[in-house]
Amino acid sequence: MIDLKGNKAFVPYIMAGDGGMETLKEKLLYLQECGAAAIEIGIPFSDPVADGPTIQKAGIRALKEGTTLKMVLNDIRAYKEEISIPLILMTYLNPIVAYGLEKFAEDASEAGISGCIIPDLPLEEEDFILPMLDRNELSLIRLVTITTPDQRIREIASRATGFIYAVTVAGITGARNDFSEELTDFLQNVKSLSTVPVMAGFGISSAEQVVEICKYCDGVIVGSKIVDLFHQGEKEEIKRLVGSIKGVNQNILA
Amino acid sequence: MNQTYRLPDEKGHFGAYGGRFVPETLMKAVLELEQEYNRALADQEFQAELEKLMKDYVGRETPLYLAENLTEHAGGAKIYLKREDLNHTGAHKINNTVGQALLAARMGKRKVVAETGAGQHGVATATVCALLNLECVIFMGKEDIRRQQLNVFRMKLLGAEVISVDAGSGTLKDAVNEALRYWVTNVRDTHYILGSVMGPHPFPKIVRDFQSVIGKETKRQFFDKEGKLPDALVACIGGGSNSIGLFHPFIEDTSVEIYGVEAAGLGLETEKNAASLAKGKPGVLHGAMMYLLQDEAGQIQEAHSISAGLDYPGIGPEHSYLHDIQRVNYKAVTDDEALEAFQLLSKLEGIIPALESAHAIAYAVKLAAGMGRDKNIVVCLSGRGDKDVQTIMDRTGGLG
Repeated sequence: MIDLKGNKAFVPYIMAGDGGMETLKEKLLYLQECGAAAIEIGIPFSDPVADGPTIQKAGIRALKEGTTLKMVLNDIRAYKEEISIPLILMTYLNPIVAYGLEKFAEDASEAGISGCIIPDLPLEEEDFILPMLDRNELSLIRLVTITTPDQRIREIASRATGFIYAVTVAGITGARNDFSEELTDFLQNVKSLSTVPVMAGFGISSAEQVVEICKYCDGVIVGSKIVDLFHQGEKEEIKRLVGSIKGVNQNILA
Repeated sequence: MNQTYRLPDEKGHFGAYGGRFVPETLMKAVLELEQEYNRALADQEFQAELEKLMKDYVGRETPLYLAENLTEHAGGAKIYLKREDLNHTGAHKINNTVGQALLAARMGKRKVVAETGAGQHGVATATVCALLNLECVIFMGKEDIRRQQLNVFRMKLLGAEVISVDAGSGTLKDAVNEALRYWVTNVRDTHYILGSVMGPHPFPKIVRDFQSVIGKETKRQFFDKEGKLPDALVACIGGGSNSIGLFHPFIEDTSVEIYGVEAAGLGLETEKNAASLAKGKPGVLHGAMMYLLQDEAGQIQEAHSISAGLDYPGIGPEHSYLHDIQRVNYKAVTDDEALEAFQLLSKLEGIIPALESAHAIAYAVKLAAGMGRDKNIVVCLSGRGDKDVQTIMDRTGGLG
């Protein structure tokens, strides 16, 4: 899905509808221009149990704007030709259930979506939606976490499509200053077990962390920080943060 | 339904409901809990310790009491009350917390997190944590903290840390969200004592099994008194733990009519209710597929009930299933009807029921009135009402 060509990837996350639906296209095009390898589009949900305060608040703002999954898919479909990088939906399961599984997969595919991350859909339950995603050529991006035992990482890796989302903390989303010492081992371990790219996410918020973490995996996903910077109107800062991946890749070449 | 009832299946499904819809970070803990629970079931020492605590600490068995004055008032079937209000801490909640705290200790987890609505589950959790020397953190909605001050103080007295949740409507759903986030972050040394028959497998099964003591005792006690099975069972439902506890041992006894009572709040015709079956549709929340109050886009709605313990926009997966197969009849009772029943039981029987249980009383009186005097109803009186006295005073301006 993500064509790395030996490069490391920066994947930003944004909350659809935060700041109004009319800002979605603008944000997607901007992130593409900044050098994002793919973009994760969050769908707001009333009860986001895997998310910390920043994304919770962004979700509440988006819901106040009346954002729905249907609106987001309709919006993106209208300008999908202008976006050349993969778009990935990050949504809790219930908005998909309410939409209708088959209809959702068809509409998402038609809107040019490449894959889905569903944080409350573990391996044990994925058969619930997998056939519909497969039929519509949508990847299901699976998560592994620092609490996932090795045997289970192997099982998840054996089914992986697109990339593996390696959750860097035992916890919820949100910027952090420090990561545990186990993180390096964890990422190297996941990397050794996976045949698809491994992207690290949760808690990553600075260019320094991007550089450090990219040593052990294929790229990073940055959510809360990007959401916060868009909310504050700090677009230059976003360019700098996303651009930090260019430095990483130049060093690889050098 | 003549076939034997053996649910959930090994993946935690009750038909289309239940399952384990949780973040990957929690899967290890959820799978471990299932293993440990299965071991505990087969461990005679564990069972003996549980039984001892249930008897000597909780005060079981609880009486099955024939409410003659209430029966007379209703003018039909005899009404028996299963007195879960007489348990230590004043509600059925402790049946589950004793069992789960023993499981936590078995797993070497010395920290416990729990959510609470009315505060009864929080108090029951804080109580067993004090007993077994476990650290205890309780999440409680801001609105619930306001209306259940007495229970907040009790939890603190028992050594628990009570954390106020401001998000959403500041009620039970929001407290569960926050407790889940806390568990995700502290899962390595913390056990989550879920208080109702909801959440990811194996919680709906574990909580049901521990609460089934209610129905097992009822069956035996009723047989001793009347020499047969009761004709009907009635219990209130928020997430559904006291009700499933009473109902489960009777599921295969098809002669027994079973009634679950949801909170209709200001009325089913309004938006202000907590009747997930009457007004909701299936979806996924807090780890399970179940009936949920939600809008067209799948956003969960805020529930409303005068009773903090029923103020939840979902109903456990097993109830969702029992509704679909029509083994249990689900009804709804409004705030006003519950208030009336609260005062009625207090005056007629000298028993002040929890507002939650008052919903069951209200429906039972209606049901009894339409049944012959040779029929019998058992109502689960799930908790006592001391905690609700302030709410009633505010609402009625005293009794005059």
